[in-house]
Amino acid sequence: MHSFGYRLNGLLTFAVTILALMCVIASLSDNLNIPSPSAEIQIMNINWFQKQPKGSDEVSLRMNISADLQSLFTWNTKQVFIFVAAEYETRKNSLNQVSLWDAIIPAKERAKFWIRSSNKYRFVDHGKNLRGKEFNLTLHWHVMPKTGKMFADKIVMSGYSLPEEYI
Amino acid sequence: MGWIEENMKSTHIRQIVSQAISLGMVISSALIIWKGLICITGSESPLVVVLSGSMEPGFKRGDILFLYMNKDPIRAGQIVVFNDGRDVPIVHRVIEVHEQRDNKEADILTKGDANLYDDRMLYTPSNRWLQQKYIMGRAVGFLPYVGWLTIIMTDKPIIKYILLGALGLLVITSKE
Repeated sequence: MHSFGYRLNGLLTFAVTILALMCVIASLSDNLNIPSPSAEIQIMNINWFQKQPKGSDEVSLRMNISADLQSLFTWNTKQVFIFVAAEYETRKNSLNQVSLWDAIIPAKERAKFWIRSSNKYRFVDHGKNLRGKEFNLTLHWHVMPKTGKMFADKIVMSGYSLPEEYI
Repeated sequence: MGWIEENMKSTHIRQIVSQAISLGMVISSALIIWKGLICITGSESPLVVVLSGSMEPGFKRGDILFLYMNKDPIRAGQIVVFNDGRDVPIVHRVIEVHEQRDNKEADILTKGDANLYDDRMLYTPSNRWLQQKYIMGRAVGFLPYVGWLTIIMTDKPIIKYILLGALGLLVITSKE
């Protein structure tokens, strides 16, 4: 019972079990953190709003995004992935979500910021429904841990709308 | 040679059979746990290894993802694993969802965090959108680095055979 092989086997099994247990505890400690993030998005300008040759509406807009997401970070957080999505409904679709902009926040110090940017990804509708459309801008975040369970949540900001006619 | 002869002589049939049975028990309990996980998580493969760097810096090559699947609708921001007929499933984030009012079918667009462009090029040529039926699961948790064992075993199958051979040898020569 005391050969090198048995000792190595026992040691390795113990080490792996302890490591797994530590990962689980690290993940559970994330639940102790109660986040209180805040965000604000303003649409500064509609750059253009057109109908594509294939027939779908497309809009390009410039946003001013400011947010304080520092309370989302714990010691077990590797990064926070955030993105801004426009959400609206149309006659045919009960829900449309189009991601306009995203970013990766690698550390707590960078989590309080403001940025002015045009939409990174094209805001194209599934049809020609965008004229005069009211939509919500939602800031989603996805907390990716160093190990364990991932958390996601969002802040919904409503009250935005697109012009009635193409620009 | 003398060592091998000694081993052969001192093992009785009963010992060999009981060792074979305990090996069988280990394999079956591993299978039971695996199939049980498939049932609980609702996904065909509840554990996947990240093979590419398209979700860096969040997921690196060699990380393991835990998947969970239920009937909840797919929403933008979720990290999903999908397979629309390719060899290897892809783990990317949903960036667009268009859900129809009448039948709740949704058109989905995905993109890797580290990629410049969305995945439209990757979908089977006739599709501009991904459908919910191709999605195998949502990533809910992850473990870093553990998946490297699987990657090494796939890239260099000789290591898999060496490991299996060594395990087999251990089972045969253990005197318990």
